[in-house]
Amino acid sequence: MEVFLQLTLSGLSNGMVYALVAVGFVIIYKASDVINFAQGEFLTFGAYLSFAFLVQFGLPWSLGVLATMIVAGLIGLLVERLVLRPLIGEPVISMIMATIGLSSVLKALVNGIWGPRPRAFPAFLPSGEVEVFGAIVGADRLVTIGVAFTLLLLLTLFFRYTRDGIAMRAIADDQQAALSMGISIRRVLAVAWAMAAISASVGGIMLANIVGVGQEISVVGLKVFPVVILGGLDSIPGAIIGGAIIGLLEAYTGGYVGHGLNLIVPYIVLILVLMVRPYGLFGKEIIERV
Amino acid sequence: MESGVFFSDYRNDAALRKMPLQKIRIGLFVLAVVIFPFFASPFLLNLANQIAIATVGALGLNLLVGYTGQISLGQGAFMAVGAYAAGIFTVRFGLPFYLSIPLASLMAAAIGLLFGLPSLRLKGLYLAIATLAAQQIVEWIITHWTGLTGGTEALVVPAPELFGVRLNRDFNFYWIGVTVAGLSALFVANLVRSRVGRAFVAIRDQDIAASAIGVNVFQYKLLAFATSSFLVGLSGALIANYRTIVTWERFTIETSILYLAMIIIGGLGSVSGSFFGAVLITLLPAVINTIGRNFQDSAPAIAAILPFVQQATFGLIIILFLILEPEGLAKLWRNVKDYFRVWPFSY
Repeated sequence: MEVFLQLTLSGLSNGMVYALVAVGFVIIYKASDVINFAQGEFLTFGAYLSFAFLVQFGLPWSLGVLATMIVAGLIGLLVERLVLRPLIGEPVISMIMATIGLSSVLKALVNGIWGPRPRAFPAFLPSGEVEVFGAIVGADRLVTIGVAFTLLLLLTLFFRYTRDGIAMRAIADDQQAALSMGISIRRVLAVAWAMAAISASVGGIMLANIVGVGQEISVVGLKVFPVVILGGLDSIPGAIIGGAIIGLLEAYTGGYVGHGLNLIVPYIVLILVLMVRPYGLFGKEIIERV
Repeated sequence: MESGVFFSDYRNDAALRKMPLQKIRIGLFVLAVVIFPFFASPFLLNLANQIAIATVGALGLNLLVGYTGQISLGQGAFMAVGAYAAGIFTVRFGLPFYLSIPLASLMAAAIGLLFGLPSLRLKGLYLAIATLAAQQIVEWIITHWTGLTGGTEALVVPAPELFGVRLNRDFNFYWIGVTVAGLSALFVANLVRSRVGRAFVAIRDQDIAASAIGVNVFQYKLLAFATSSFLVGLSGALIANYRTIVTWERFTIETSILYLAMIIIGGLGSVSGSFFGAVLITLLPAVINTIGRNFQDSAPAIAAILPFVQQATFGLIIILFLILEPEGLAKLWRNVKDYFRVWPFSY
């Protein structure tokens, strides 16, 4: 029972990091039908940025996190303006390759600025261990779950009540109608990319607290695909629940089955979902067949 | 004085090389390819071999992505199947290379067919994501099926020999590589102007219309996957025989991305584009490494950042080509030719 609880909590906390990255992915997809292969690099970049602000500039953690989020948002804006806007209306393969090229550039930037060595991260989340129903878990993991939930709740509210959020939904629904109602697509796309970069950077900070800062955390970027396909490419609640399910599945197969099967389970789920229900749990059913 | 390319009979229109100038150009190119190894240094020969192998792989991927419009991120997996199959056929069954390479390619084609099945339901980015999963799964199987593949250890393949001559030396392998690359290019060039190739293009441009005019979309998509994986597996099998050592790191998602970059930069749906892309992407790291070695003593700081410069350049080239010349190097080359053909009246 303790093992089960422990696995559940560690799976959930990993799943919430996936969800944070996946939400950024979903926001971009909703607003512009682009799938962003650089999402994992946004996460790595966010982690290194917070490392720079906290260690190299010596900011207190509250300011450091704020600065990280602002800079990440600016990078998102820049990327949208320089890379994605010239490609509006190009075929899917061009968009995919553009974000792949972008991920290569971001990787090179991280490598060039901070070097390839992993760095120790001054964990600012409480690091003690807490007993929950008899299971012992790191407090940082609990905080991660809490923070992620709060952020995702805020995002849901954003989409329901703010002007930009509603505009984003309108554009996702029908671009032409949205345009004729006076919604600026450029503005909405810029906001979408900024938000995606910010949510990924928060995921990066969380992950940095748990496992430290290193190049290899960008692997999470690939985990996003099972998460969003399972949840539905255009659904924010789907990204959260998908993240939780994938995180839990990984933790349980890692704990009970072993053999490194936990590395591959997300992708098996991905293939199964694509075969049976390509629009995922909560996505819109718009897949056309031939 | 010419104002463009026009044909007055069907035979001329259907020819593979339409213009006399094209025949001269291809003749000169073949001549250069034949003379090259007698003057080239081992370093250049090695690069030429890499380009030949990459050309085969890029042709295969271009057939699938450029001509049929099915985006695949599983190139690395299919190459891995070809390479490991070739190695295992040679190690376990003692097959000579001229049997193991075709068998391995067929094996890759079979696996390609299997992973092509999702394409019957999925299109565009959904298919791309499915092939991404395929890539991860194949990678995992290779690293975990230790009994067959050696797992994360390298699989050592005996050097290919013919009449007692070791063929994996740079000079000897050059002839195999160039021949295979040439034949593959000829095969693809001929395939895409046949009924099959036109069906591929029809599916890419508008699949519903294609099925309405009598193209069996299901069948031709699978055929595209199988043919493409055959060529991709072939390039993998060539790598296994050239390097005589197969490691899984050579066939990760990075490889898939590298090959996608080749055909994007070279030109989607273009035979010569596949070659141009293979040349550029193979030469890029080599050139940057050479620059790095020159700076090693005089400016170690510059030499130290060059790997990152290489990575950034790779990404920037992709983005710039997509924005400025989406049809790639093949289009640029066509522009140059057209410019001289109709000079001085370019309008």
